[in-house]
Amino acid sequence: MSFALVDYFEPWWIQIIKGIVLFAIGLQIVPLVLLAERKLLGRFQGRYGPNRVGPYGLIQPLADIVKLLGKEQSRPETSVGPLFIVAPVISIMTAVGTFAIIPFGDAPHIFGTRVGLYGVDVSIGPLYIFALSAISFYGLMLGGWASGSKYSFLGAMRAAAQLISYEVSQGLALVGVLITAGTLSLTQIVHAQEGMWYIVPQLAGFLIFMVAAFAETNRAPFDLAEADAELVGGYNTEYGGGRFASYYFAEYLNVVVVSGVATTLFLGGWLIPGWHGQPAWTDPFVVLFKMTLFISFFIWIRATLPRLRYDQLMSFGWKILLPLATLNTLATAIIVVAVHK
Amino acid sequence: MRLAVERWDPGEDQIEVQRAPEPGVAGGAYRAFGETLRGLKTTFARVIEGVHTIQYPEQKVAVYPRFRGRHKLHRFEDSDLEKCVGCSLCAAACPADCIRVVAAENTPELRISAGERYAAVYEINMSRCIFCGYCEVACPFDAITMGHDYELSDYNRGDLIFTKEMLLAEPLDQTPLRAQGE
Repeated sequence: MSFALVDYFEPWWIQIIKGIVLFAIGLQIVPLVLLAERKLLGRFQGRYGPNRVGPYGLIQPLADIVKLLGKEQSRPETSVGPLFIVAPVISIMTAVGTFAIIPFGDAPHIFGTRVGLYGVDVSIGPLYIFALSAISFYGLMLGGWASGSKYSFLGAMRAAAQLISYEVSQGLALVGVLITAGTLSLTQIVHAQEGMWYIVPQLAGFLIFMVAAFAETNRAPFDLAEADAELVGGYNTEYGGGRFASYYFAEYLNVVVVSGVATTLFLGGWLIPGWHGQPAWTDPFVVLFKMTLFISFFIWIRATLPRLRYDQLMSFGWKILLPLATLNTLATAIIVVAVHK
Repeated sequence: MRLAVERWDPGEDQIEVQRAPEPGVAGGAYRAFGETLRGLKTTFARVIEGVHTIQYPEQKVAVYPRFRGRHKLHRFEDSDLEKCVGCSLCAAACPADCIRVVAAENTPELRISAGERYAAVYEINMSRCIFCGYCEVACPFDAITMGHDYELSDYNRGDLIFTKEMLLAEPLDQTPLRAQGE
């Protein structure tokens, strides 16, 4: 019996510091993404977005959070108490957990100790991501079901069907990258892209991954699980206050995480093409910059595309995306075998 | 037993609907991506185009000259006497019944209006007014006109009952007025 090997080379106290720093970054990025989304959406629609709280509306996320946390925690009479309370926690835990394996850089020596600029470098990177995102469905499903409301229930059912069907395509889109790189460790995958970013040979895989990522993160045009126009708020209809805040937090952290995964797997992580000898301190900034590009793209798409109909969503996932992803995987496998024979 | 179904014949009303051909899988995927790109271009053009928002409390939209805002009562410019003679025609014309006029006789010692009588009480309940402008039309002396102020909210209902003094006074901020042809 073999276990997935996790490469720990740091002393225990560095791991604790790393955990705290990563969590702090995650906690800081999410309000920024929230603000960026509202500001950018405004620009895309010919308006300013929030600009009243603080200079240029920069303190808006703080005001949002204070408002949400100051609210009463209400719960419908028909809800199932323990599940209702646990569901947002599941969502947020899985989102934060996935954030841990996004590499923000290599493992440089800081003050004489080798420190990996990531939470953990698991040797099963993408599988870990999919495992956690599979668990994160329970957050949505249990939350929607335990609310005891028909809107929440419909949202939860949609979330379940949508997330499960698109995870297949997303996984298959990544298989192409994994075959080309020949490793499952995210840092190794980045190193394998030193010659060429995988967005070039794996363009089809990248496009499929991005489409599936929109569905996985419940973002427009695939935000049927919370379709505010028809389902009030979907699975989070009955949530308010801090619990709603944690759902929201998880949702946006998922966007950040998917951007990080796309950066790592397709945009060469911390690599800048044509610059070898790149100093280690630039790595996190390069990764963050590329993530910002992806996040902006997510917002741009949200400002552009209307929500799909449910049957369109399912038939697009199963009839178009999945065959394309399978074809891409097959083609990649054949090419890799032919080249490396 | 089968019922004879009478088919309705649309005749001349029949319209041929032109639809694009069904795209198929590859064509559909291509079209989806192509149309997405076109949409992305459209939204990005909005960013370049800039913002159309008017930052309301700081910036205001100029009103048209005939905009019907808060009422004004007028005085004669030369003699400083009030134009209103307390005839209550405005109150009679008011469909929302929001004007209250109590008239009193002018005396040689206390001359307030140009006519025989003057309005001792002239109140408009702004929380009921529908800004139809009938009072302005009804007034035989052009004593009441519709002004340009529209910022009339307050914290108490009582504060929305405007008295004669308030209606006679010039408003503190002038509402921007649209120029000719603007």
